[in-house]
Amino acid sequence: MKLSEEEHAMLAGEQGAARRWAIDHQIKVGEMFDAVNLVPVSQAHMMIDPESVGDPGVSFLEDLADKGAQVAIPMITDPRGVDLNYYRPLGQTEEMADIDRRTIAACERMGILMTNTCVNYQTIMPPVLGDHVAYGDTGVVIYSNSACGARSNFEGGPSALAAGLTGRTPRYGLHLDENRQATRRFRVTEQPRELTDWGVLGAVAGTKAGSYWEVPVIEGLEVVPTSDEMKHLGAAMASYGSTPLFHLAGITPEAQSLADVAGEALPVEYISADDLDAFRSNFGAREDKVDVVVFAAPQLSIVEMQAVARLCDGQKFATAVIVCTSPQVYADATRMGFVATIESAGAKVLEGTCFYNQYAREIGEANGWTRLLSNSAKIVNILGGYGYEPALASMEDCVAAAIAGEIQ
Amino acid sequence: MSRELKCHKGIGDKVEGKALVADDNFSARYDLDRIKGVFSRKAHKLYGQSYKDKILVLNTAKGGVASAWMLHEMKTRGICPKAILFNTANTILAQGAALADLPMCDRFEDGDVTTLIKSGDHLIVDPQAGLVTVK
Repeated sequence: MKLSEEEHAMLAGEQGAARRWAIDHQIKVGEMFDAVNLVPVSQAHMMIDPESVGDPGVSFLEDLADKGAQVAIPMITDPRGVDLNYYRPLGQTEEMADIDRRTIAACERMGILMTNTCVNYQTIMPPVLGDHVAYGDTGVVIYSNSACGARSNFEGGPSALAAGLTGRTPRYGLHLDENRQATRRFRVTEQPRELTDWGVLGAVAGTKAGSYWEVPVIEGLEVVPTSDEMKHLGAAMASYGSTPLFHLAGITPEAQSLADVAGEALPVEYISADDLDAFRSNFGAREDKVDVVVFAAPQLSIVEMQAVARLCDGQKFATAVIVCTSPQVYADATRMGFVATIESAGAKVLEGTCFYNQYAREIGEANGWTRLLSNSAKIVNILGGYGYEPALASMEDCVAAAIAGEIQ
Repeated sequence: MSRELKCHKGIGDKVEGKALVADDNFSARYDLDRIKGVFSRKAHKLYGQSYKDKILVLNTAKGGVASAWMLHEMKTRGICPKAILFNTANTILAQGAALADLPMCDRFEDGDVTTLIKSGDHLIVDPQAGLVTVK
């Protein structure tokens, strides 16, 4: 890889041991993907939940902080694994909370902003068209690439941290124009109506595309999705397909026309109502019992919090209900009374976490939760591997099921 | 008689071990019980099998960013594959391999690596040379 003078100095350790680790890591990764050099990035966003980091990961962070590591650009964080105000009632242990506390302390020493959110594009500082960034969380990356026209690869925690420390990332993948052209062309024949429909469309498109290196362009949409709808579309697509970028013809900024993303020459593949129904049939059925209803993945926006609060108003839940939102939205939702309304019905709103990365297996076992219902196509995908029998329904139907104790 | 398979330059140092192969994909978060060291996702073709000290040979990496930390965590606890070979890796797994010092290679010149190698084959993986030897 071609390095600048400053980058050579980092590699030689002239800017400290932490930056030397960071740039060495970036060169290893960059060479695997044939990056010719590094590209400056404006922000980094790190997934650093305690479950995936573990004690070895925290020790690694603490060691970097001890070596004087300081981030070179604004750097923010993905949801935490423990809501430190509410973890014992979920069956989370003191050990889990301690890993989180140590992680927070180490990150803060490095100058990282503990935003604890996977909806930073709605709440912190959305990237702009052409902005090179180093984001973690597949949902954040796909939204930022697709809806904002920013440029990011999936940056796992270590690589996002390396980017935060050097202010750069290897120039490969989606930092290059040629990798942002469409490679698959999907035409929808059924219009999505609500959030879960967008998630289902994302899941089907992601499953069909099926690789990090495929870029779907979707045509045939008669409606422009809202930010929340785009969020569910992208999060599901990334979860099922490892997809980091999609275009919506005539909607997203890089695809004002099919031709903009070289989509015209691609064969049309239809996504029909049958495809969507086939996907839905994998998850739950009427009268199935429910142990826990989860609204998360991605964290809820203030608009979703209002919608959930309206549905919960005056109700009493027969099942456990967990709602996950960002600390930013949580503060607003508390001030506006949504948290109180939701919790009066018997739900619990968690702040700065997301259900699937907060030791989902352990809290499921501790609470006897197996049959899980959610409106997130992403979370039902993940939790299948965590000992749950997940079911999928709209937000309205999820709340109705929480009241009745079974899917209506 | 041994065979040599050329691939793209990978990550990590030379390693030797037994292959565990499936025409399926990989995510540390979605597919594994990392404490027991087995594939725990029922729909996975390696469901129930132990991956400890095996050289995994799979199609591609899928799913979340968490796998990047998880490989490091698995390696530190010693319940980890010896190496992973893919037809195509994704960025996350490559980044995780770089942090964990876990050998990883992808893009094999002779085609689908999940058919070129069989479970139980004895492999020597040399990521820096971009070479896998099947003994």
